[in-house]
Amino acid sequence: MANALQADAITVQFGGLVAVNDVSFSVPEGGIVSLIGPNGAGKTTFFNVLTGLYKPTSGVVRLGDEIITARPPHIIAKHGLARTFQNIRLFGLMTAEENVMVAMHSHMRSGILRTLLKTPHQRREEAQAHARARELLDYVGVGRYASEYARNLPYGDQRRLEVARALALQPKVLLLDEPTAGMNPQESAAFVEFVRRVREEMHVSILLIEHDMSVVMRVSERITVLDQGQKIAEGTPDEIKSDARVIEAYLGKSGVEGGR
Amino acid sequence: MARHTSIESTSNRRWAIGFTAAAAFLFVLYHWIVPNSPQPVHDFVQGWFSNANTNEMIVYIIMALGLNVVVGYAGLLDLGFVAFWAIGGYVAGWLMSSFLGNFQINIFGNPAPGLEMGIHITFWWVLLLAGGFCALWGIIIGAPTLRLKSDYLALVTLGFGEIIPQVFVNGQDINGFNLSNGTQGITPIDPIKFFGFRDLGPFDLDYKFVIYSVICAGMVMVSLRLRSGRLGRAWLAIREDELAASMMGVPLMRTKLSAYAVGAFAGGLGGVVFATHINGVFAERFNFSISIIILAMVVLGGMGNVWGVMVGAIVLSWINGIGLQQLGNTINTTFNTDINFPSFNFLIFGSLLILMMIFRREGFIPEARTRLVMHEHDRDNEEVQ
Repeated sequence: MANALQADAITVQFGGLVAVNDVSFSVPEGGIVSLIGPNGAGKTTFFNVLTGLYKPTSGVVRLGDEIITARPPHIIAKHGLARTFQNIRLFGLMTAEENVMVAMHSHMRSGILRTLLKTPHQRREEAQAHARARELLDYVGVGRYASEYARNLPYGDQRRLEVARALALQPKVLLLDEPTAGMNPQESAAFVEFVRRVREEMHVSILLIEHDMSVVMRVSERITVLDQGQKIAEGTPDEIKSDARVIEAYLGKSGVEGGR
Repeated sequence: MARHTSIESTSNRRWAIGFTAAAAFLFVLYHWIVPNSPQPVHDFVQGWFSNANTNEMIVYIIMALGLNVVVGYAGLLDLGFVAFWAIGGYVAGWLMSSFLGNFQINIFGNPAPGLEMGIHITFWWVLLLAGGFCALWGIIIGAPTLRLKSDYLALVTLGFGEIIPQVFVNGQDINGFNLSNGTQGITPIDPIKFFGFRDLGPFDLDYKFVIYSVICAGMVMVSLRLRSGRLGRAWLAIREDELAASMMGVPLMRTKLSAYAVGAFAGGLGGVVFATHINGVFAERFNFSISIIILAMVVLGGMGNVWGVMVGAIVLSWINGIGLQQLGNTINTTFNTDINFPSFNFLIFGSLLILMMIFRREGFIPEARTRLVMHEHDRDNEEVQ
C-alpha cells in the first residue's frame, strides 16, 4: 500500500540536544497509526517537523508524492496535512461555524475586491462554505453550536470542533495530538469509534499521538514507539504490548513483569 | 446559517439606519435650524457641538475604522497610525493645490481662480489615489516588520509614526526639492465640487459634512463586508491564535499585510478628508498623540466591533476637540475656579486606556456581547419552532 505520509531519517537538533534522532516513519493510505512514548520522547517535536513548525536538521518528509520538508505551515496544510492540538487551540472569539470556515481559506479564492463588490462568484463561494461548514459541524455532532463562540462550547465538543475544523482542510492525513486527553473512559471509547468512522467516511489516513494506552491499543493498526528521540519499536498493537524495550521505556527495568 | 446571517444583518441594518438618520439630522441642524434660531441656541450649539468639530469627528471615525481593521480584526498593535493620516493629507496637498507649481495638470480638477498652476485632480480620484498610496506604504513598512512579534511590531510602528511627520516638518528642502513646505504647510486646497453646482470652500461645513458622511458610510461598508468574508475570518483567526491559523492554511504574512494595507487605505482617506476640511496640510498637526487617541477610540469602543468603534471615535473626538474645554469653562465659571482642563486631556486618555485594559478589555460595545445577545434570540426562536 502506498504511503500517505512518509518521514525518512528525521533528525532534529537543538544546539547540542538531539530531540529526534534518525527516525523514519510512515502512515499508509487509509491507515490509523499511533506514535507513543514517555514524556520527553520527542513525539511533539516530531509532530512539529511534520507540520512545518520546525525545520529538521536532516531528513525528508513526503506527503503523497510531494516533498514538504520545512515548507511553511500554511502550504503544508493546503497540501492536505491537518492537525488538532494537544491543548485545544480553537479561535475562541469566533463562532464554531467560522472556526470551520477559516480552514477552508486555502480552498477559497475571493480576495478584497470580490468581497467588497460581493460578486456572484464570492456569494456562491460563501454560500458553499457555509453549507459545508454546517455539514461538518453536524457530522462531528456539534451542529447545534454553530453560531456559538468556540470558547463557550463544552470541553468534549471543543475537541470535536477541532476535528471538524481539521476536516475542512480536506486533508489526506489527519494528525490528532492527544485527542482523548481529559476524557473519561466512556468518552474515550466513543472517540475511538468516531476516529474509525472519520477514517472510513472522510477517506483520510490518521496519525495519533496518545497517552491513553487503552485508546492506542484499540484504535491503532500500527504503533511506533519513541524514547529519548529514538525509535525503539514498531509493529501491531499485540507486538508492541509484548515488546520488552517498550515496557522498559515506560516502566523501567523492574517493571517488565507488570507491563499492561 | 441563514437565520444567523439574517439576525446579524438586521442588527447592522438597524445601526445603518441610525447612522443615516443621525447624519441627516445633523445636516438639517447645521444647515437650517441653527442659522434660523435665536442667538442663545446658536451659541449653545456652536459652543458644544460646533459643525467644525462634527466634521473632524467624521475624520476620526474613518481613521478609527481603519485602525480597527489592523488592531481590532487582525490583532496587530499599531502605534504609528498618524503616519498614514499625514501621508494621505500630503497627497491631497500635492494633487489638489497649486503647490507643485512646476506642473500644470488638471484632471477634472477644481482650482480656485488665479491658482491654476500645479496639479488639480478631482477630490474623488484623490481619495482613491491617497488611499492607494498609503496602502502601498503600509505594505512597504509592513513587509519587513510584520514578521516581528507584537511588542516589537508596536515599537517599529511607533518609530514610523514619529519619522514620517518629521520628514514632512523638515521637508521644505530635500536636495533643493520642496516636498512639504515645512512648517508652513500647503494651503489652500482646491474646493470640492458639490454635485457640480457649488464649490465647497472653507466655510461650507454643512455640505462637506454630507460628503464626509458618505465616505464614512463607505468605510463602514468596507469594514463590515470584509469582516464577514474569507479575509475577515482569516484576520480574526490570526488575532485569536496565530499558530493555529497558519496550520489551518492561512498564510500569515500575506493576510497581515492585507489588514495593514486596508487600515492604511482608510488612514489615507482620513488624510484627504481632513485636508479639505481645514483647507490645508500642516505638518505639526500630525503628532504622536493622534496615534494614541485613535487607538483609544478603537479600544474604548470595542475592538473589532464597527459600531462600537464609531461610538468610541465620536465620544473621544468630542472630548478631545471641544467637550473637555467646554466642560472646563462651565465648571470654572460656575465654581469660580481657574483650572486648565484641556491640559488634563492626556491624563484622561491614558487613564481610560489603562482602566479599560484592567476592567473591560472588550470595550464598551464589544463584538462578543452584541453577538451573545443576538444568540439568545436565536435559541429562543429555535425552541419555538
